[in-house]
Amino acid sequence: MGNVSLTVNGVLHELELEPRELLVYVLRERLGLTGTTVGCDTSSCGACTVLLDGESVKSCTVLGVQADGRELTTIEGLAENGSLHSLQESFHAHHALQCGYCTSGMILAAVSLLAENPHPSAAEIRHALEGNICRCTGYQNIVDAIEAVAG
Amino acid sequence: MSAQTKLATGNVIGVAVERKEDLTLLSGQAQWVDNMRLPGMVYLAVVRSPYAHARIAGVDVTPALAHADVVAAWSGDDLAEDWHGGLPCAWLPTEDTKAPLHLPLATDKARYVGDGVAVVVATGRAAAEDAAELVKVEYEPLPAVTDPEAALADGAPLVHDDIEANRCYTWTLESEGGVAQHFEDAAVVVKERYRQNRLIPNAIEPRAVVVNPLPAAGEFTMWSTTQVPHIARVLLSGLVGIPEAKLRVVAPDVGGGFGSKLNVYAEEALALAIARRLGRPVKWTETRSEGYLSTIHGRDVWQEIELAATAEGKITAVRVRLVAAMGAYLQLVTTGIPLLGAWLYGGSYDVEGYSFECTAVFTHTTPTDAYRGAGRPEATYAIERAVDALARELGKDPAELRRLNFIREFPATIAAGLTIDSGDYDALLDRALANAGYESLRAEQAERRASGDPKRLGIGFSTYVEMCGLAPSKILGAIRYGAGGWDAATVRCLPTGTVQVLIGTSPHGQGHETTMAQIVADRLGYELDEIEVLHGDTAVVPLGMDTYGSRSLAVGGVALYFAAERIAEKAKRIAAHKLGVDVAQVKHERGTFTGGDGSVTLKEIALSAWTAHDLPDEVEPGLEASFVYDPPNFSWPAGAHVAVVEVDTETGLVELRRYVAVDDVGTVINPTIVDGQVHGGLAQGVSQALYEEALYDEDGNLLTSSMTSYLVPSAAELPEWEVDRVEVPSPTNPLGVKGVGETGAIASPAAVMNAVVDALAADGVTQVDMPATPERVWRALKEVRS
Repeated sequence: MGNVSLTVNGVLHELELEPRELLVYVLRERLGLTGTTVGCDTSSCGACTVLLDGESVKSCTVLGVQADGRELTTIEGLAENGSLHSLQESFHAHHALQCGYCTSGMILAAVSLLAENPHPSAAEIRHALEGNICRCTGYQNIVDAIEAVAG
Repeated sequence: MSAQTKLATGNVIGVAVERKEDLTLLSGQAQWVDNMRLPGMVYLAVVRSPYAHARIAGVDVTPALAHADVVAAWSGDDLAEDWHGGLPCAWLPTEDTKAPLHLPLATDKARYVGDGVAVVVATGRAAAEDAAELVKVEYEPLPAVTDPEAALADGAPLVHDDIEANRCYTWTLESEGGVAQHFEDAAVVVKERYRQNRLIPNAIEPRAVVVNPLPAAGEFTMWSTTQVPHIARVLLSGLVGIPEAKLRVVAPDVGGGFGSKLNVYAEEALALAIARRLGRPVKWTETRSEGYLSTIHGRDVWQEIELAATAEGKITAVRVRLVAAMGAYLQLVTTGIPLLGAWLYGGSYDVEGYSFECTAVFTHTTPTDAYRGAGRPEATYAIERAVDALARELGKDPAELRRLNFIREFPATIAAGLTIDSGDYDALLDRALANAGYESLRAEQAERRASGDPKRLGIGFSTYVEMCGLAPSKILGAIRYGAGGWDAATVRCLPTGTVQVLIGTSPHGQGHETTMAQIVADRLGYELDEIEVLHGDTAVVPLGMDTYGSRSLAVGGVALYFAAERIAEKAKRIAAHKLGVDVAQVKHERGTFTGGDGSVTLKEIALSAWTAHDLPDEVEPGLEASFVYDPPNFSWPAGAHVAVVEVDTETGLVELRRYVAVDDVGTVINPTIVDGQVHGGLAQGVSQALYEEALYDEDGNLLTSSMTSYLVPSAAELPEWEVDRVEVPSPTNPLGVKGVGETGAIASPAAVMNAVVDALAADGVTQVDMPATPERVWRALKEVRS
C-alpha cells in the first residue's frame, strides 16, 4: 500500500510518492509510461499533456499526490482493443507529426477539445491548441487532422 | 534520354504514401534518450556560470560531496586531464582564424551565462540538481560585451585575452575585377543595413545523453539526442581519448534538431569522461531553460548590402559586409555559417560583380551555430529586402523588377563563382502571382489606402535560390571544412524476402524511413512493408555523414539509388545463370528479371545468393551492396513566395493573412512529406520575422531565458500555408532531387518583412527590423510621423 492511488489507463496503482514529485515524472519514471514527454520546465509547451478524469492537463503542473484517487489516460491508453483512436489514425493520415515528440500531448489535448466541443472550426482548434507547441509541422496538418475527426 | 526518365515515376516515386515511422510515435512507444534507465546509472548536473564574464577564483565541490546521494563532483581543473584538446570546431575558414581552446568545463574564466564550471554526479536527477546548487564557485565578475559590432570597438572587453579586438576571422569572396567599377557606373545605388535577430532553435525534445561503459573492454556506448552520430563518434573519440573503434554512438528517436543537434557538446564529452572515471552508466538531460543557455543559438549578424543598378533596374553588382557573432567559443561549425550564405547574396539574379566580406566576432554569449537554413536565410533576407528597396527607389513593381533580373540560362555560373545546375524562376514567379491573385491584392491595397483604413495591406516577395545538399567534398576542402560531404548507403537483401536498408543520414522527424523505402521499392520492387530502414547507430551503420543542410535525400538518397543499382547488377548475373542466358539478355524491371522464356524474382535470387548452392563461379554468396556518393555539385532549390500582411497602424500589430509558397525542390519522392517540410520551415521563418528574438541585457544575462519569455509560436499565431510546386529535376543526380528541409525557413523572413514594409511604405516607413513586433512597428510609424 502507498500513500497515493492512481488509475492509469484503467490500471490501479498504489504508490508511495514524495510530495514534490510531479505527475509527469510519476508516469515516466515510476510507471515507465514514457509516451508522455517533457519539453520544457515552465508549463509552456504541452508535450506532457494527459487526461485527468477526462480533461487535459499538463502533467508537469500537477503533483503526483494531487492525482490521488483520480483516473488518468496517457497516450499508451488511448487505443482500444488494439485499434488506434480516431485521432491517432487521423494524425497518421494527415502527416500531423514529424519528430513525434509533441504528438502525445497534442493528441490528448485534441481528445479533450473534441469532448468539450465536438465540431470546432479551424480557428477554434488553433485557439484550443495554444498551449501545445510543435516545432516541426507548422501546425496546419495538425489542425486538418483534428478537423477531419470532428467532421 | 535524361537520367530522370529512368525512374518509375507514378508508381511509388511521387506518391504520398503514409509514413512508416508513425506508429511507434503515435502509440507512445518512441525510444527517446531520456527514457533510458540502466542498472547502476548515475545522473549528471552541470554547475553553470551566472556571469557572462568572470574570473573563476575558486571552485569548492566539498559541500556537494557531503550530500547523501552524491557520488562525485569535479571542477573544470579536476577534469582538465581527461581532455585531448578542446571541443571541436571543424571549420577554420582562414589560416589565421582564431580558435580558442574550448574545454567541456571552463577552468580560468566563465565567458557566457551558462558556461559550465563544475559537475555533480548523484544517484538521482533531483539529488544531482540539488547538490549542484551546493557547489561554491568564487567568481570575480568582469565587464561583458554581447553585440558583435560593439565587441569589435576599441576598448571592448575581450572574450579571450589573447584574441585582439575579439576578431575570429575576416573572410572575403570577390568576383574577378571586383565591384568598384560597377558602383561607379551605376545609375542607382541602394545601401541597406539589416539585423539578423538571434534565435533559439527550440527542438521540442531537450538534449539528453546516456553513456554505458564496459570498463574491462574499454568500450563505451553513447546514446545522444544528436543529428550527427557519425561525426560525434569521430570527434568525441579524439577529444575524450577513446579509440574510435571502441566507441559506439546511437541516435535513437530524436525529437527535432533544426541544426541545434548538429554539434558535439560539452555534456556528451563529460558523460563519456565521467562514465570512464566511475565505470558506471551516466545520464544527463537538460531542462529547457538550461538548454536556452547551453544549446547553440542561431543568426545574430549585422548586414550591410549595396546594389548597383542601371536606371531601368538591372542589378549589375552586389557588395555585402557582415559582422557575425560567434558567441563565446566556437562550436562544431560556428565559423562556417556565414560562409554557407556567402555565395547567395546575389540571389536568383544575373549580376556581374560580387563582393562579400564577413568578419566573425567573439561575444560573451552562448555560441551560435547552424539553425535551419544556416547562412542562407540571412543571404536571402538581405538580397530580397534590398531588391524591394531598389524597386521603391525606382518606383517599379517588385515582381517586375525581379523578373527583369532573373537568371534564365542554366547551368548558370554566378558571379560569386558556383554553378547553379537548373531552375525556372519565371515559372515559379508566374505560379506564385497566380496563386496569390496578385492583381486583386494590389487593388485591395490601393482601395484601403484610398479609404484611409488604418489597417494597411502589404504584399511581400521572396524569389530565392539556395544551395544545399551539403556537399561536394572537394569544395568543402577548398573552403577549409574539416570533413567530407559524401554519404553512404547499403542494401542487404535477406534470404526470406525482406530487405535491410542502411543509411548514413540520421533522421529526427524528416521521415527518411519512408522516403528511402520508396526509392528502394521503386528500384527493386519490394513492398514498402518489406523494407526496413536502419539508421543512427554507428554499430549498425558504420559509414555516414548524418543529417543537416538539406542533404539527406540529395546526397544520402542518391547513394541509396546507386547501391540499389549495384544490387540489380549482381542479381542480373545470378539471374542469367539461373535462366541459362547471357547477362546482356537479362532485363530488370522492379525486382523481376527476365531472359529467354523465363523469369526470376529478386527474392528468389536473394535466397539463391544465401544458400550459394548454385552460383556462377565468379559470384560471391550473399546479396548486399553499398555505395558512397560524393555529389559533384550543391543542389539549388528555388522558389517564389508571397506574404500578405495586414498592419494595424494604430497598434503596430502585424497579422499574416496569407502565405503563398511555390517551390522547386526537384523531383518529389513523397509530396506529403515535402509539404510538411515546407510548412515547418515556413513556421520557423515567419516566426523569425514576427515573433522570435533572443535578447541579452548589458551585463550579458539572457533576458529571454525560458519559453515564457521567448515566443515560440503556437497554432494560434500561424496561418494556413498555401504551398505549391514547380518541379525542375536536378540534372546533377539520377533522382533529380534538390533537398527541401530548409527552403521554408530560408525564403519566408524576407517575404514577410517585405510585406510589412510594403504595407507601411506609403506612410513613409521603409525599414523595420525583425521581429516586427507591435512595439517595433508602432515606433517606426511614430518616428516618421513626428
